[in-house]
Amino acid sequence: MNYPVLEVASNATRATMSVEQTVDGIETFWVHPSDIIQELTKNKLDGQNGYPILLDLTALDERSRIGFRHCMRRDFTVVYHLLRPSDGRQRRFKVPLSFDRLVIPTASNLWPNANWYEREIWDMFGIEFAGHPNMTRILMPESWIGHPLRKDHYCRATEKPRYTLPDRVALDEQISLRDLPTRRALFDAGDADPETMVINLGPNHPSLHGVLRLVVKLKGELIVDIIPEIGFHHRGAEKIAERQSWHSFIPYTDRIDYVAGVMNNFPYVMGVERLAGIDVPQRAQIIRIMLAEFFRIISHLVFFGTMVQDVGQLSPVFYAFIDREKALEVIEAICGFRMHPAWFRIGGVAADLPTGWDDLVRAFLNYLPGRLAEYEKMVMQNRIFKARTIGIGDVSATEAQEWGITGPCLRATGINFDYRKSAPYSGYDLFEFDVPIANRSDCYNRVRLRLDEIRESLRIIRQCVDNMPTGPVRAAHPLATPMPRAAMLRDIDSLIPHFLNVSWGAVVPAGEVSVTIEATKGLNTYYLVSDGATVPYRTRIRTPSFAHLQTIPLMSRGTYLADLIAIIGSIDFVMADVDR
Amino acid sequence: MSVLFAFLHALALLLAVVTLAAFLTWVERRVLGFWQDRLGPNRVGWQGILQVAADMIKIFFKQDWIPGFADKPTFIAAPIIVLASVLLAFAVIPFGNGVDIVGALNVGLLFFLGMTSLSVYGVVLAGWSSRSKFSLLGGMRAAAQMISYEVFMGIAVIGVVMQAGSFNLEKIVAAQTHIWFIVPQFFGFLAFFIAGIAEAHRLPFDLPEGENELGAGFHTEYSSMKFGMFFVGEYAGIVLLSALSVALYFGGGHGPIFPPIIWFALKSSFFVIFLILLRAALPRPRYDQLMSYGWKLMFPLAIGNLAVTGGVMIALGQ
Repeated sequence: MNYPVLEVASNATRATMSVEQTVDGIETFWVHPSDIIQELTKNKLDGQNGYPILLDLTALDERSRIGFRHCMRRDFTVVYHLLRPSDGRQRRFKVPLSFDRLVIPTASNLWPNANWYEREIWDMFGIEFAGHPNMTRILMPESWIGHPLRKDHYCRATEKPRYTLPDRVALDEQISLRDLPTRRALFDAGDADPETMVINLGPNHPSLHGVLRLVVKLKGELIVDIIPEIGFHHRGAEKIAERQSWHSFIPYTDRIDYVAGVMNNFPYVMGVERLAGIDVPQRAQIIRIMLAEFFRIISHLVFFGTMVQDVGQLSPVFYAFIDREKALEVIEAICGFRMHPAWFRIGGVAADLPTGWDDLVRAFLNYLPGRLAEYEKMVMQNRIFKARTIGIGDVSATEAQEWGITGPCLRATGINFDYRKSAPYSGYDLFEFDVPIANRSDCYNRVRLRLDEIRESLRIIRQCVDNMPTGPVRAAHPLATPMPRAAMLRDIDSLIPHFLNVSWGAVVPAGEVSVTIEATKGLNTYYLVSDGATVPYRTRIRTPSFAHLQTIPLMSRGTYLADLIAIIGSIDFVMADVDR
Repeated sequence: MSVLFAFLHALALLLAVVTLAAFLTWVERRVLGFWQDRLGPNRVGWQGILQVAADMIKIFFKQDWIPGFADKPTFIAAPIIVLASVLLAFAVIPFGNGVDIVGALNVGLLFFLGMTSLSVYGVVLAGWSSRSKFSLLGGMRAAAQMISYEVFMGIAVIGVVMQAGSFNLEKIVAAQTHIWFIVPQFFGFLAFFIAGIAEAHRLPFDLPEGENELGAGFHTEYSSMKFGMFFVGEYAGIVLLSALSVALYFGGGHGPIFPPIIWFALKSSFFVIFLILLRAALPRPRYDQLMSYGWKLMFPLAIGNLAVTGGVMIALGQ
């Protein structure tokens, strides 16, 4: 595939910037490493036309990529995705790096959330960020050798010598965990104070929603500082993607945010479809929206139950899970699977809706509003609950954007930004629904907004049921549906795609695409790079939980230990979504 | 002979209370299950009634592990103090029908307050001697919470003592023949009952355990029957609080038709169930909110109740 290369002279700097055209239509600029910070600053602070949110920051090992020509291409590329919430527009910056000099200035002074992204890039690619306050591994253990997302790093355990863990190494690992607070310069605050105490929450702790470790420095019960430690749930999903065919990676996406099932399929299949130029039939699109909204409800119900349990109210979690069970029954009837149906396929969905699906969905639509009204009374109007959550874990609108917070947590600050509205995908523009917003992002409003979002999702689902179009549920595209047998037996033009699809899997044309959706917890982006093979060259998964988890210290410094648990609950993250 | 009889009597009551407390663990789980749209333990015996036995077998046969870093003598003493102080307090409860041991003790109420004060030591020492940070935080919370709530618990019951003219619990019950003290002492009862929940560290006042942030709080490091003693102690505490509420404010065993002991049991059961309902219904306030609630609201309420009771009694010339 040809990449038209356009040289433009940048007004501000002497170096040339170069434009690249990508399939997704996002403006893409190649920038020299020495100019990138200047360029990002300019774009961030450009008033109305600025891009105040750093949506994603990742990298790409270009060394074995075939068929991609660009004048600025080097061995590695660092990719910045910026986002403007007012209209949902994105802009992409690429910085080329040679293998002999993998250094780039840090953007963590510009966007605080760049901190973790840069650590992740260091961890995965070995690219160093000059001036970064804490250039250490984040997902892999400190003792890991190599940088896993480099193309020369092995994919499978069978490709390396047998793993052994001698006692001495195990002991060293233990000691390195124990020394964490003293070893890291971040923990200086209040160090000299003899009245502080360091307490270790997790990785096994009842209220941390998964394997997360928080090293908390306490003074009495007041929190002085926190270091979140992640990586315990890291499964290398992005590396696995490089070994799976385009099709067979779909079930892996289900398990990224494991309470949101098909919501994860959504950006992935849309990305592949855009790369391959597949048009999805309308019925399939509406089915997708319906199921995505079902999973939004499920995810919010899990959030609601566990969040309320975190502040000590024991019963609502059972009620919420019963409601979730009702929704799962509908999903099971449609998909044949409950939590991870892997139901979206390239070019459509796996099968048509079963007979009688509409009655099931309608029954659920009539059931849930009554329960929501009960939650309102039981929880949202409860005075103890209010005292525990109102004004706790406050984030301002500016802070939220600086830290890359999206989804309900961002909307709670008053910013009306829902990707389904500002950049409608898959036919969301056909639907009538409101975006609930609040004026203060504290724990209470974050819960409140999610309950309101459940109601909006019900509205969307009702419109789906009432107006479900007829037609096919899969695109008649060779990459999506096998050729009709009659055609296949008759002509070679049908036989070859069929043969390739069945024996290799889909061969997706070279190119790159980044697709963002409004997932349950915030923006979920899949950045797919294809070099025209049967497997993705690079699959980058930008998850909302990763960005949100990073704000725990910001939200909880100066609060009580019990507030920390409420804050953690109200952020709504899933550790699998953080670590991938 | 009478000494032997008194000993057997006490032993029987002790066993009854412990069994009742253990049984309550099953009742609580079943009733909670009912309120939370689930089943609760229903497999062992009829409706799961033998769950208690299964739990006991399990808990006795679990490895009794004392952490190497713990302060061993104190660590062992703590659960004994908790359970013993709660059980001893039962000695003064006027069950009626000769079931009680020293219901007529002339300092009965003071004895009860003394015993609850002692049980604080058990909790605090457990938290301290575990040498675990979670336990320590739980112990700290317990010390602050239980000692402050004890203050106005004491003040709240003085209203009853003034009206009955005695610390003797039997006389207090006898003084309610015409009207239960819940009527003249309503605010006193509120203060007493809320303080009682805090003393028994039950939800919403279970901050010493605070499972969401502290794991299991002061008894995080305990296992096997040492944990079981805290557990039974907690449920015995519920029975004690219910029984005392009945004796002080709800006319003890007074009631038509049935003998006093039946009435006493019925009224107490009501409070036990009520305490379980609280657990099903309410979230947990934060530590500082709990303290300010205690000192800024409940304490003035108890003092005010005392002053009004005194004022009214002087005015009526009693």
